[in-house]
Amino acid sequence: MAIIEIVFYLFAGVSTLAALGVITSRNPVYSVLFLVLAFFSTACIWLLLEAEFLAITLVLVYVGAVMVLFLFVVMMLDINLARLRSGFASYLPVGILIAVAMAAQLVILIWSRGLDSQVLQSSDSGVSNTRMLGEWLFTQYLYPFEIAGFILLVAIVAAISLTHRRRPETKYQDPSRQVRVRRDERVRLVKMDAEED
Amino acid sequence: MLTLAHFLTLGAILFSIGVAGIFLNRKNIIILLMSIELMLLAVNMNFVAFSRFLDSMDGQVFVFFILTVAAAEAAIGLAILVVLFRNRQTINVEDIEELKG
Repeated sequence: MAIIEIVFYLFAGVSTLAALGVITSRNPVYSVLFLVLAFFSTACIWLLLEAEFLAITLVLVYVGAVMVLFLFVVMMLDINLARLRSGFASYLPVGILIAVAMAAQLVILIWSRGLDSQVLQSSDSGVSNTRMLGEWLFTQYLYPFEIAGFILLVAIVAAISLTHRRRPETKYQDPSRQVRVRRDERVRLVKMDAEED
Repeated sequence: MLTLAHFLTLGAILFSIGVAGIFLNRKNIIILLMSIELMLLAVNMNFVAFSRFLDSMDGQVFVFFILTVAAAEAAIGLAILVVLFRNRQTINVEDIEELKG
C-alpha cells in the first residue's frame, strides 16, 4: 500500500468519524468542533487532489470565519439542551435506515460504473493551481465572480439589518427631518429695544 | 491505487451522514444548519474529485462559488437564528408555529 493511500484512508476515516460526531453529539459546542475537524481533514484530502487553493480557502474561510461564527452563536444562545434532544432515539432507526440505504445505493452506483479504472496520478503541468483558478475566474467566469461578490454584499447587509437593535437611549439623527427643516423652526427673531451702555 | 470511485464514495458517505443528521436532530436549528454544511462539503468533494480526474478547472471554480454562497447562507441563517432567539427565547423547531404552514 502506497503512502498516498494510507494518507487518504486516514483522512477519510477521520472526516467520516467527525461527521458522525457532528450529528450525534449531545452538546452543540462539540458538534461545531467536530465539524471543524471534518472540514480540516477534507481540506487535507483536497490537497491530495491538488486543489491547493480551495483546500487553504476551506481552512481559512470556513474553519476560520464560518465555524467561529457558529461557535459564537452556539455559545451566545442559552438553549435548553434536554428539550432539543428529545425524540433523538425515536428518530434514530429511520434516520440510520435512510442514511445507510442512500449510502449503499450511491456506493453501488459509483462502483458499478467503471469509475475505478482511472488511477490518481500526479499532474506536472508546471502551472500552479492558484494561477489556473485565477485565470479561469477572471476570464470565463468573470460575471459569476462579480455576482458572487454581490451575494456577499447582500449577506452583509441582511445580517446587519436583521440583528441590528435600535435602543431607545441611543441618540441618532433622522436625515429626512434634517432635510425637511424650515427656517422658522431654527431661527427665532426676537424684537427688543436697542440698549445703551 | 486511488481512483475516482474512492473520492466519490467518501462524498456519498459524508452526504448520507448529513441527511441522517437532519433526520436525527430535527428540533435543533443549529445542528440542522451544520448538517446542511456537511452535505455541501460532500458535494464540494465530488466537484473537486471530478475536476482532478477530468483534468478541468470548471469543478474547482464551482466549488469556489459554492463556498461563497454557503458562507452567505450561514451568515444570514445565523442572523435569523439570533433574532428568533431574541424574540422567542427558543430555537426549537416545534415552538416556531406562528405561520401554521
